[in-house]
Amino acid sequence: MKIKVLYFASIREKVGTGAEEIELPVGVATVDDLRQHLRVLGGAWAEALAEGKLLRTAVNQDMVPGATAIQPGDEVAFFPPVTGG
Amino acid sequence: MRISVQREDFDLGAEVKAITRNPGNGAKIGAVASFIGLVRDTNDGASVGAMTLEHYPGMTEKALEKILTEARSRWEVLDCTIIHRFGELKPTDQIVLVVVASGHRGDAFAACEFLMDYLKTRAPFWKKEQTPEGARWVESRASDDQAAERWK
Repeated sequence: MKIKVLYFASIREKVGTGAEEIELPVGVATVDDLRQHLRVLGGAWAEALAEGKLLRTAVNQDMVPGATAIQPGDEVAFFPPVTGG
Repeated sequence: MRISVQREDFDLGAEVKAITRNPGNGAKIGAVASFIGLVRDTNDGASVGAMTLEHYPGMTEKALEKILTEARSRWEVLDCTIIHRFGELKPTDQIVLVVVASGHRGDAFAACEFLMDYLKTRAPFWKKEQTPEGARWVESRASDDQAAERWK
């Protein structure tokens, strides 16, 4: 029941890793739940994923709102608003 | 249709020729519109010595495919090439290329502008600039969101 969590750009630098695999905790049903769960881990995660911070999220490589459900095996990504082009 | 996310530079002339000389496209193309984005040496009041472009491999290509599919549902797009670079870039370097071929100029211009506006807000790229005060991540602009909004 693991999920893959990816971080990019300033979020990646803050948490100090680009990818981690975590056990999907009981009660974590959506991207927002996962963000909240990771914040509770404290330190860099609490800062990088702080409430009110403007973030974009993707599940399985599609940009989605925070209320989107997550399933075991999913790839969930947190990143700042994009600045390409 | 060609989408490429690459470190290497690109050549506008070669990309246009690849479309207009492609036998598969016959002689239906009457208009080709293109856009190139370049690295500037100043941004938000600071001089920029270099830039690093990070992206999300896998999602980037998928996002660009979706944006192109959306454009094709709105306008006549006979052929299209989108190239976006990543890695280390310097001022005057080319960053992004969009080439759209249509029967007539209206569709080519509109689809090209739409593709750039959507790419700016939906494709997972991030720019980090080197300035005399140190490195900084480029902030997203409200004007880019507004530019994408007007196509809704």
